Amino acid sequence: MAVMNQDKSLQLEIKDLSMSFGGIKAIRNVSISVQAGEIYSIIGPNGAGKTTIFNCISGIYKAQQGSIRFEDRELLGVKPDRIAQMGVARAFQNIALFKGMTVLDNLMSARVHLMKYGLLGAALYLGACQREEVQNRDAVEDVIEFLDLQSVRKSPVSSLSYGLQKRVELARALAMKPKILLVDEPVSGMNLEEREDMARYIIDINEEMEITVVLIEHDMGLVMDLSDRVTVLNFGTKIAEGTPGEVSSNPEVVKAYLGDEQ
Amino acid sequence: MANFKVNYREDTALFQNLWVKSWLVIFIVTMLVLPFLLSRYQLSILDEMGIAVIGALGLNLLIGYTGQISLGHGAFVAIGAYTSGLLAGTLGVPFIISLPLSGMTAALLSLIVGVPSLRLKGLYLALGTLAFGFIIEYILFHWDLTRGDTGMAVPKIGTEGFFIETERQFFYLIMFFAAVATLVAKNLARTKIGRSFVAIRDRDIAAEAMGISLSKYKIMAFAVAAFYAGVAGSLMAYYQKWIVPGNFDITLSIAYIAMIVLGGMGTVLGSILGAILITGIPHAIVYLTDALRGTYPNLSNLIVDLKLGIFGLVIVLTLLLEPQGLVGIYRRIKVYWKTWPFKY
Ligand SMILES: Nc1ncnc2c1ncn2[C@@H]1O[C@H](COP(=O)(O)OP(=O)(O)O)[C@@H](O)[C@H]1O
Ligand SMILES: [Mg+2]
Repeated sequence: MAVMNQDKSLQLEIKDLSMSFGGIKAIRNVSISVQAGEIYSIIGPNGAGKTTIFNCISGIYKAQQGSIRFEDRELLGVKPDRIAQMGVARAFQNIALFKGMTVLDNLMSARVHLMKYGLLGAALYLGACQREEVQNRDAVEDVIEFLDLQSVRKSPVSSLSYGLQKRVELARALAMKPKILLVDEPVSGMNLEEREDMARYIIDINEEMEITVVLIEHDMGLVMDLSDRVTVLNFGTKIAEGTPGEVSSNPEVVKAYLGDEQ
Repeated sequence: MANFKVNYREDTALFQNLWVKSWLVIFIVTMLVLPFLLSRYQLSILDEMGIAVIGALGLNLLIGYTGQISLGHGAFVAIGAYTSGLLAGTLGVPFIISLPLSGMTAALLSLIVGVPSLRLKGLYLALGTLAFGFIIEYILFHWDLTRGDTGMAVPKIGTEGFFIETERQFFYLIMFFAAVATLVAKNLARTKIGRSFVAIRDRDIAAEAMGISLSKYKIMAFAVAAFYAGVAGSLMAYYQKWIVPGNFDITLSIAYIAMIVLGGMGTVLGSILGAILITGIPHAIVYLTDALRGTYPNLSNLIVDLKLGIFGLVIVLTLLLEPQGLVGIYRRIKVYWKTWPFKY
């Protein structure tokens, strides 16, 4: 479990968020508060609206109602690239890597917003351009080392195994130098060993890099081990919130999960 | 060859080892002596290819790298050609100024298709760019200044005493700009600009979630492609000395698309190979017809009739053989030689 930082300041605050697609209400009046430095998990059956919440935070969807505040700035209505530049990173549930690129270029792509040189500088590849490229390459190499991707650095991502692609997905988000990391089902479809590795990486990212993590996951074992706090979602509504212990003994949660699996 | 990288600067260098550098020197020397070995006609083919390379590099940055379709590339070549024609012809602006201005005018006008591209995708974008091409053609035909079908004369490059007018001089001039254009494309491809383009092509939603502004880089891709087209058009205008709207109709746009598809989408080398092939095929057919005229007079007539068919056949066969185009074939040969004599 993550070591809580000294400052338990509120970093991400979602209030009364509602979003519907046509007639389907994907999320209804959901409120979530994430403290800086914690690992916060969102769980719930398939179709509960978890990914939709992430898409609202990232600005990919625009919720019809409510507010999302990140470090005291409203995110609702802000474009995805601006939100990312504020320090909100995203690892997608369905691998969304740039499949025509190598691992290295995928990670470098996450640092476009950190490089300031212009079109002319790039065309000539001189001065600031070269300097910033090398600096950012250095930073990306740190991420590659952190997630043990050295051996596939120059491989096209499409040639990697599913498990490795998932890890690159995480690495790319990390390369953005984020303050908060939204990780959507990082271990789905993985074998036991890969799951354990991934859990270790997430803990390390949280503790060593001091990045807040919001985690969506089906693997209850993983959620219980990693999370400081958990929110349970069912049919778009929040049905429980608390520490892993509190949540797992909540009768409504048990019912929702049994109902889902029947 | 051992290829250990000491630092990231070397790892990202354009010409990575002695092998590549030696080839580069050989290539440059060949280009320098070539005008003394070839006939004027042969040089004119190379000049045509050099100009096509510049246009194809631009279009590949837009379609191959950024994944934005454009059927209006020829229109931007026209804009470049007529900008130079008007600037040099009516205002007496020198080449050194009219060339970049032609590129910039085309880039500026690319906003007309670049901005709508933020909303239009796929087929709709294709139709939009096609319409843009027709509108430009219409303007060139009907605007007083461009003198419609009669066309415009384009003055010589140079001032009193020194003019660029021979085939040989044009060869050096065009190859210089083709080389610069290639270098710039290579540089764009290996920096954040190229990565943003490819990211948008591969997964636009993820690109945005990584902090890449779709509007900024899509508009930039259209502008860069148009700039390249404008420069190609300017060179074409000076080289041909006379321009008519018919030079820049939809056939030109399609020829450019054929170049990058055949050469290899999303690669700099592919743009070059494709430009050479598509420009070369008609000349090869003429050559073949001449060679066969003596022995098989009927066959050579047939070839003239089937010119378009042969053209299409070469394209289809190449793509059947290697969907990645000529670059794919090149890569396979390279791997073969690298691993020779081992068969893996
Ligand atoms: N783009 C979309 N268009 C229509 N319906 C959507 C869209 N995205 C999500 N939904 C619907 O919203 C509900 C929640 O989906 P999602 O957030 O992906 O669930 P989870 O991630 O919890 O499995 C589902 O009923 C899903 O079908
Ligand atoms: Mg989901």
